[in-house]
Amino acid sequence: MIRIQNLTKYYGKHLAVDDISFNVEKGEIVGFLGPNAAGKTTTMRIITGYLMPTRGDVWVGDYNMMNNSLDGRRLIGYMPEIVPLYTDMTTRAYLYFVARLRGLHKKRTKIRIDEVVETCHLEDYIDVIIGKLSKGFRQRVGLAQAIIHDPEVLILDEPTIGIDPIQVAQTRGLIKEMGKRRTILLSTHILSEVSMICDRVIIIHEGRIAAQDRIENLSTLLKGGNRIRLKVQGPVEKVTDRLRQLHGIRAVSYEKPYHIVEYPSDQEPRGEITEDLVRNGWTLLAMESVEMSLEDIFLSLTTAEVKG
Amino acid sequence: MKNICIISRKELKSYLTSPMAYIVTAIFLALSGTFFATYLAGTNYADTSIRGFLEAGQILILLFAAVLTMRLIAEEKKLGTWELLLTVPVRDTEIILGKFIGSLAMLTGMLLLTFYYPILLMVFGDPDLGPIITSYLGLFLLGSAALAIGIFASSLTSNQIVSAVVAGGILFTLWFLGIAGNFAPGALGELLSYLSLSRHFPDFVRGVVDTKAVVYYLSVTAIFLYLAIRSTETDRWR
Repeated sequence: MIRIQNLTKYYGKHLAVDDISFNVEKGEIVGFLGPNAAGKTTTMRIITGYLMPTRGDVWVGDYNMMNNSLDGRRLIGYMPEIVPLYTDMTTRAYLYFVARLRGLHKKRTKIRIDEVVETCHLEDYIDVIIGKLSKGFRQRVGLAQAIIHDPEVLILDEPTIGIDPIQVAQTRGLIKEMGKRRTILLSTHILSEVSMICDRVIIIHEGRIAAQDRIENLSTLLKGGNRIRLKVQGPVEKVTDRLRQLHGIRAVSYEKPYHIVEYPSDQEPRGEITEDLVRNGWTLLAMESVEMSLEDIFLSLTTAEVKG
Repeated sequence: MKNICIISRKELKSYLTSPMAYIVTAIFLALSGTFFATYLAGTNYADTSIRGFLEAGQILILLFAAVLTMRLIAEEKKLGTWELLLTVPVRDTEIILGKFIGSLAMLTGMLLLTFYYPILLMVFGDPDLGPIITSYLGLFLLGSAALAIGIFASSLTSNQIVSAVVAGGILFTLWFLGIAGNFAPGALGELLSYLSLSRHFPDFVRGVVDTKAVVYYLSVTAIFLYLAIRSTETDRWR
């Protein structure tokens, strides 16, 4: 449904997207994962026709977005990272305006407004000025706007950023619901979000695709491993050395005041660690697992690439 | 065409729901009304014309065009709604024309509100209607040229103040080109005069509709709208 070939975008001399290619098949929900400034937003802006690429091609459906942008845009619903809302309009007036610009007839517009308001649970806020809505509701109005014309393709740029956890869960539910009949490309920098919503993930880093795979394969893709954080009362050097000697441990480092221990996912050394520390007369004050951060993942991915 | 209508209606509505338009209109009416009345008093009510209003009105219209248009694109860029407009299936030309027509409707409304000046004259005197009608045509044309310049300025920036200042700069440069034309020699002087926004207006006040003047104002409008469209297009390539 979306085809991207050798896409490159420079902003002046700054290279934002570096020769990336990927496809999104009909009906797929694909997560576009990457840290800030990785090139996610730029890529999405090119897909939606907001920006022109320096090189490369984008097809949405059968339309090339470079020379047939208007037809391509008809297929797309888009929620940019900064939700594009007219804060002086009511939700209804805003949705009406967008629907009409999307080419819906007046009658159809009225029907669709009722439908999307129900989908996005905005019934109580339909006649409220958007400027008075909370961030979470604005996000929903943004989503409602994106699906008002019942598009085949949805492009969502960081749809859950900046809203509270309950609303995040609701928004994710909404996206999953919408994904049943649509092709969705969504960007995020939250790893767990991708595994919750998406069928497939494309990891982008510094303008390049670092990896892409189905969600089931994500853990192996990420060179599965666990990481825990210990707070130990005892001599730092000795504790570090002792931990290194234990069975099944990949690496130990010290970041004041914690010892960071990494071990492969097929090992479970935590019991041994506890016992061993006690046996040496040290006190274990805290032990908790630490999630691999995106940066770690990119580091492992990019270094793996160099090694391979 | 339908898209132009949708956008211009939205712009007009948003003028009518914001305090800005009312403040601008109120000041416009207060100032132009004062000049209208003092001119009449100055001639001891012998010259029943709207000259007083026109003297002030031509400058006021430039100022207010810059103020009315400053938010049209700059604010959309700031709000992020520009990204929405540029990704719906609407041509850049339609967006710019829609905004132009919306602001022109607002300006026309302001001019309609001044109709009570000639009506007063008709009730209490016997004004020459010809020059009054052509003067309004002149104001309308001058206004549309000024709005086009304002929209172009607004398309350059996401800062409304910058937009208003740039628009004001272009407008007053073009306005005072006429004075430069007085001092420049020969053909250059004539050219500068022809390019000046101010040189063509007095014809309308005298009751003359010169094709050259009409073509001039329409060309300025078209050129700056075209530049605004180009500036929107090049934004995509930045």
